[in-house]
Amino acid sequence: MKNVVKRGEQKVSNKIDPKERLKIQRQKMPEQNPVERRKNFDQVNFGLPSEIAELEAKRCLQCKKPACVPGCPVGIDIPGFIKLIAEGDFVGAARKIKETNSLPAVCGRVCPQEEQCETPCILTKRGAPVAIGNLERFAADFEQEQGEVKIPDLPKSTGKRVAVVGSGPAGLTAAGELAKLGHKVTIFEALHKPGGVLVYGIPEFRLPKKILEKEVNYVKSLGVEIVTNYVVGKIETLDEFLSNGFHAAFVGTGAGLPYFMNIPGENLNGVYSANEYLTRVNLMKAYLFPEYDTPIFRGRRVAVIGGGNTAMDAVRTSKRLGAEHSYIIYRRSRTEMPARIEESKHAEEEGIEFVLLTNPTRILGDEKGWVKGIECLRMELGEPDASGRRKPVPIKGSEYVIDVDTVVVAIGNGANPLIPMTTKGLETNKYGYIVADLKDCATSKQGIFAGGDIVRGGATVILAMGDGKTAAASINEYLK
Amino acid sequence: MFEIVEKRVLSPVVNLFKVKAPLIAKKRKPGQFVIFDVDERGERVPLTIADADPEEGTVTIICQAIGKSTIKLNSLNKGDKILSFVGPLGVPSHIEKFGTTICIGGGVGIAVAYPLAKALKNEGNYVISIMGFRSKELLFMEEDLRATSDELHITTDDGTYARKGLVTDVLQEILADGRVIDFVLAVGPVPMMKAVCNITKKYKIKTMVSLNPIMVDGTGMCGACRVTIGGQTKFVCVDGPEFNGHMVDFDELMKRQSIYKEQERISIEKLQHEECCQTR
Repeated sequence: MKNVVKRGEQKVSNKIDPKERLKIQRQKMPEQNPVERRKNFDQVNFGLPSEIAELEAKRCLQCKKPACVPGCPVGIDIPGFIKLIAEGDFVGAARKIKETNSLPAVCGRVCPQEEQCETPCILTKRGAPVAIGNLERFAADFEQEQGEVKIPDLPKSTGKRVAVVGSGPAGLTAAGELAKLGHKVTIFEALHKPGGVLVYGIPEFRLPKKILEKEVNYVKSLGVEIVTNYVVGKIETLDEFLSNGFHAAFVGTGAGLPYFMNIPGENLNGVYSANEYLTRVNLMKAYLFPEYDTPIFRGRRVAVIGGGNTAMDAVRTSKRLGAEHSYIIYRRSRTEMPARIEESKHAEEEGIEFVLLTNPTRILGDEKGWVKGIECLRMELGEPDASGRRKPVPIKGSEYVIDVDTVVVAIGNGANPLIPMTTKGLETNKYGYIVADLKDCATSKQGIFAGGDIVRGGATVILAMGDGKTAAASINEYLK
Repeated sequence: MFEIVEKRVLSPVVNLFKVKAPLIAKKRKPGQFVIFDVDERGERVPLTIADADPEEGTVTIICQAIGKSTIKLNSLNKGDKILSFVGPLGVPSHIEKFGTTICIGGGVGIAVAYPLAKALKNEGNYVISIMGFRSKELLFMEEDLRATSDELHITTDDGTYARKGLVTDVLQEILADGRVIDFVLAVGPVPMMKAVCNITKKYKIKTMVSLNPIMVDGTGMCGACRVTIGGQTKFVCVDGPEFNGHMVDFDELMKRQSIYKEQERISIEKLQHEECCQTR
């Protein structure tokens, strides 16, 4: 059952005096009812209806020096597109966004706007910022649904070829930008479907795969070729690319090597990395088993270790797979939790149980090798650590066991060594990440640029996209 | 999409496929594997590369029908296409001149043991091959292995062909005879590899095994294939598939292989039901 969408009370004409404008409240995103949605994989947020979007857009003060734009890693003309929505030109708004962002339907869903463009909004001080993210999503969805996706005029080919490794947010963005500059781009993807973390990591209920597919098709329509099932380093190496016709390369392979906790019992049956758990469900559609062939163990009591967005995705997935109890086990308190507020709020509404200030010490198994419980230690917060967050300190003798049959480890990813191992002279840091200057994404090796999680470690989709954009600009310079 | 350009039935449950994949054919080395996925609704399954022809651009795999995905692959024919065929994955085998070597293959493991026996032979090793099958009707690649081996021993569990018994019976005898063996390679069911390693450990003979656990992406991203090697967790897809057999925790591996036993049963029942509905 869908929630009844409450329309804004206020009626506003197109010409509006500033005082009236300030009276408009921030419009709420209509959501699927938590009791219903925790049983399905359908989208949680329905998207703004057009009249609500128009109303929300009218809240924007159209600042001469907008504070929101510097908060956007890809520099979208935020007041520009919002003005178009306010005027009812929704397709125009989508095209305005696409001047700087090739994946607006993705960003409108997964970007942490509350930390980026929305916080600096001048209206924040007066109550609530303009719902920039929701408006971005609205415009992008509108254009997709109208089937009016327009391909911009492309410049004459430069004759230069660029290889992009990985089809995640960094790679897709870099490829799209480079294509718009007239370069011939080929993306190499190891999996059978493009999208990287957007396709294997982010669940259907946050980012429907159909929406993603359309955005990927948009990038393809710019002339970008995507080769799937191709593992760079195992087939051809970057060095071979550069000597076989590519003039430059961008590495956006993500941080694809899951960390485990190195505690006893981690190889028991029923212990998953978040990557595996989510890949089975999202990319391989294990939630539709046996209609789809890939299985997943549907735990009744599931513990997800970690407090980031990936942990939230995994724990909410476990609920949808039928778990009676789904726990987030996190060693710090709610305040330090790195997940977006919206994600942890959604999780809580869906009945996820938060076990905070708690750290697992071992996973207990039965005689057949299956998980039967997780032993944890209670923590208290001490002095701030290097990250500026208060460091969790164990409370001696506080061990206790939570009965679970599934454990999902979502404590982050290390760097996948495949590219650095097979590329001569590509410098990495002590964690294995590729060393690149975030100002221009240049690596230690001429002609090779890198960005996203393979440089930053675990970051966000939008930061990866920002890097893709930066890299495209400097590759363009390099190719001149 | 990847086209099947040749299919050969090796036994009632084992087929050989040549798949058009020129890039993989050019780069692959012995010991590496591919991940295949038959169709949009399929599952990603690893298979060791049995052979490749860079000129023809084909990669040879040998597939035994065990679960739904391998049954689906085996039902395909020449000219059919599969969705995904990724590789070459994993670390190539370390082949050198050891001296006298024993290559042991059990069941479909022969498909992996054969190219390695060939590579060992090419390096100038004396190669003793032992191949084991449950029964005569399951036997395959006998002539191939005979051609690359200095000695070939065959066992069947039920005695319907050659010698009745297990591969380990032959291994025991060879070692009990006091012959000096420098290197052993074992590929097959986990209990077989475990039994081989228990024997060679006593004789302190370097023994490599090729593992085939459950995988998803095959590039180190998911960790489904983790195994314990000498007390440390390793990912078979990027650290393997070959490991020092004396370090492998086979009991854990066996348990991990059985994670989806129940789901596999459901999958196969569904497949059989669909097939029977189609023929009606």
